[in-house]
Amino acid sequence: MLNKSYYLILIISIIIGISFWIGFNVNLLPEEASINAPIYDELFKILFIIGLILFIGMTALVIYSLFKFRKKEGEFGDGIALEGNLSLEIIWTVIPSIIVLFVGIYSYNIYDRMGGMNELNHNHGTMNSNSEKIWAGISQANNSNSGLGETAIEVSAMQFAFLFNYPQGEFISGELHVPVDQKISIKMESKDVIHAFWIPEFRIKQDIIPGQPTILNFTPTKTGKYPIICAELCGPYHGGMRASIIVEEKSDYERWFNQNNKTNL
Amino acid sequence: MTILNNSDEITKGGDDLIDHHEDFRIFGLIIFLIADGMTFAGFFAAYLTYKAVNPLPEGSVYELELAIPTLNTILLLISSATFHKAGKALLNQKNDISQKWLLITASLGITFLGCQLFEYFNLPFGLTDNLFASTFYALTGFHGLHVTLGTLMILIISWQTRIKGGIITYKNMFPLEAVELYWHFVDGIWVILFIILYLY
Amino acid sequence: MTILIDNKAEVKESLQPKGFLRYFSFSLDHKVIGIQYLVCGFLFYLVGGTLASAIRIELISPLSDFLPRDVYNQVLTLHGTIMIFLWIVPVVNGAFGNYLIPFYVGARDMAFPRLNAVAFWLIPPSGLMLIASYFIEGAAQSGWTAYPPLSITTPQSGQIIWILSVLLLGGSSIFGGINFIVTILKLRRPGLKLMNLPMYCWAMLGTSILVVLSTPVLAGTLILLSFDIVAHTGFFNPALGGNVVVYQHLFWFYSHPAVYIMVLPAFGLVSEILPIHCRKPLFGYTTMVFSIMGIVVLGLVVWAHHMFTSGTPPWMRLFFTIATAFIAVPTGIKFFNWVATMWGGKISLNSAMLFSCGFIINFVFGGITGVALAQVPFDIHVHDTYFVVAHFHYIVYGGSVFVIFSSIYHWYPKVVGKLLNENLGYLHFALTFIGFNLCFAPQHWLGLNGMPRRVAEYDPQFQFINQISSFGALFMAVSTIPFLINIFISIKKGEIAGNNPWNGLTPEWLTTSPPPVENWEGEAPLVNEPYGYGKDYLS
Repeated sequence: MLNKSYYLILIISIIIGISFWIGFNVNLLPEEASINAPIYDELFKILFIIGLILFIGMTALVIYSLFKFRKKEGEFGDGIALEGNLSLEIIWTVIPSIIVLFVGIYSYNIYDRMGGMNELNHNHGTMNSNSEKIWAGISQANNSNSGLGETAIEVSAMQFAFLFNYPQGEFISGELHVPVDQKISIKMESKDVIHAFWIPEFRIKQDIIPGQPTILNFTPTKTGKYPIICAELCGPYHGGMRASIIVEEKSDYERWFNQNNKTNL
Repeated sequence: MTILNNSDEITKGGDDLIDHHEDFRIFGLIIFLIADGMTFAGFFAAYLTYKAVNPLPEGSVYELELAIPTLNTILLLISSATFHKAGKALLNQKNDISQKWLLITASLGITFLGCQLFEYFNLPFGLTDNLFASTFYALTGFHGLHVTLGTLMILIISWQTRIKGGIITYKNMFPLEAVELYWHFVDGIWVILFIILYLY
Repeated sequence: MTILIDNKAEVKESLQPKGFLRYFSFSLDHKVIGIQYLVCGFLFYLVGGTLASAIRIELISPLSDFLPRDVYNQVLTLHGTIMIFLWIVPVVNGAFGNYLIPFYVGARDMAFPRLNAVAFWLIPPSGLMLIASYFIEGAAQSGWTAYPPLSITTPQSGQIIWILSVLLLGGSSIFGGINFIVTILKLRRPGLKLMNLPMYCWAMLGTSILVVLSTPVLAGTLILLSFDIVAHTGFFNPALGGNVVVYQHLFWFYSHPAVYIMVLPAFGLVSEILPIHCRKPLFGYTTMVFSIMGIVVLGLVVWAHHMFTSGTPPWMRLFFTIATAFIAVPTGIKFFNWVATMWGGKISLNSAMLFSCGFIINFVFGGITGVALAQVPFDIHVHDTYFVVAHFHYIVYGGSVFVIFSSIYHWYPKVVGKLLNENLGYLHFALTFIGFNLCFAPQHWLGLNGMPRRVAEYDPQFQFINQISSFGALFMAVSTIPFLINIFISIKKGEIAGNNPWNGLTPEWLTTSPPPVENWEGEAPLVNEPYGYGKDYLS
């Protein structure tokens, strides 16, 4: 009996060990290029490990049962008449509940750290001039307005392109240029059907909904060129509806901004 | 409601090969009405959401008078009672009286529809004028469709209570009971609709 | 109260014509209707599969080069609609429900045989109408979700036919649901208690409750949408002051429960198949019943997790995260119970059992990604990407379709009286299982790394993985061939099955194969222990 439980513990620890090893060594995600990305990847890692433990465990159980309890050639009769086991059933109700509760609380914490729980409709920075209702998105915390300057950009989406309006410079660009390590605040509105604004390297996405302005806040941490992808079926050319976000050093960004700036003229 | 429970009336046929069971059609109808009610629930949910989050645009007209709908509410409530009377009469094997009550119920239904149309023609807004106008017409129209169907069914069963000595008798109450249940359901929906659309 | 007697003439009439032709008649026999559902569903599955192949061929290369762009969108819309409304929902509910439920409750037919036949005969015309819309002015091209304003602005005739067809199919579904609820609750033979019913009855009861409560909401929504398209009202048209997010709420109020409408009956079927082939009682019957009802209740209050990146405020995102994650608990209970059913049994590893085990493994995988998707921060990155595509194919294909195949291997001997060829069955399973995992497992990575769903063209860096996925799809397409050969050859040449080839205890095995029109010669047996394997009195 003792031997059996040793084996059980050994097997469970091997499964957990393998899962942790895979969880920490196999990277399934693209580059981390915003403040959100490492937070997201932390959640992903935890979910990945828990998922692996459950999946490997269940699969092992099924395959083991298929080999161990296989009916032998010429064997007749039934298995044991076991109709249930209350304590076992309580265990596998309670343990998943605890895991789910833990995951729920943990992901709430992650979402909060990503800024998801912030009030959407407070007056933020340069955008309070427009008092339109914000319907959804990821806002920024009230107290984070101070300190670093904020870059506010208005995004309008249409079949099948994104346009980026820089209100501080009164110009419109087809590429999104932003300075690195600065809070970027975008307000999005659609001219026709529903689109979505997705930057995989930033781990953020928000639908762009006609008649319902939405917002996104993010802080890029790495310079480079990343794709902006429309993720909501918007018509025949949906697959081609892409744009680029170019994250630059502050000096490069300012040079680009001043080249395009219309207010100086 | 006049659902009978004459279990002694259940006759066992001689042939074992044929399935005999009690009549569960009323139970089936109740489930169907729950489903139908969910359609209305969807409409109500949409209307209440619009009301909560979509303000009426400036310059658009959406005003409702209370007089006709209040009259309509009273008409429908009375019609529920008259239908009940019809059922009672049929149960007492008084088919002619039952038919009279049914015809009164049907005429109340027709009056309701007339008033509804009168209201439609006198409203200051049309179907596509604004979101609330559209929702108003969709809700009342869908309900009106139910009343129309109900009235037609009442006319049919009132005719059937008398032809050939009566197809619908106290022994075959199902058509009358089914339509009565449906009619009460349509009434109930109207009351909710009246509260949500006109009063709230 | 009056009695519902299907008088003798009608029953006789329902038997005409005899033989093969009765499957083309307005038969009132629940067994005939069940087969009609299954065969009709399978034909639509072949159509949907062909469309899926077209999608996978298009995605072999990163450019939009195989199909014209608008045709591609029509193909993906038809693929989704056909697979959901014409294959999985009618088959797991209509086909197996109609065939099995009257046996399980000990009745000679469903409660309302005529309504039952009407429910079936709504399906072929609406399905054909849907396919025909492609040849008129092009089918609907706004996805099976038909989100406005896209569905309002795309060509109208296809969208209107789509709406009409889905309304008819919804009606069919509701009629079926009413029939199942009444049959299960009211038509049980005397002495049969609810808690002694086979698990599939509970699954169908739960499913039918979901059908009755949620399908009408979809119907209402689509009526409003058709007003927007035809009469230019503005319910969901922001240009006229409407609100597109309201459509999404109403749509998902049906379409999330729709997932359970596709999967709960599959759970029930597996609960019938496992005990027989493992020679053990179903483990934890009572907890299974409660978990089904738990899924029904929770299933109705989680719809907005499909809208985490849409117009939903933070509090709503949080509430639906928690509600959704908790569905994992009753679902998990069922899976642990199945494994416990296998534990200590005497397992015959035949094709039915293989497909059921394949189902367990696939569904656990899909369930785990499902819990992950329920978390708002996780979903925000992968929503509307190939990760989601992979996830729900693990649920509906790896889950429901595997169970459909398992059930066909399991009940074919009862329906036809002949056994299916096991070797062809193994080949079918191997091709399906390998092809399925090869096709859909890599798609998780695609979604995480930046490939959105419903696209005809994509970033060239994803080409290799997409080719692997298409290669897997080829396996899946090929896997149909041994299956069809098996079905057709076994009708004539299969081994005679006998009345009870698996030594089952559930009532359908206690009659002849194929069963007589009245299901039993004489009275229906009272089966109080449908899972009493290993009990003394059986030996």
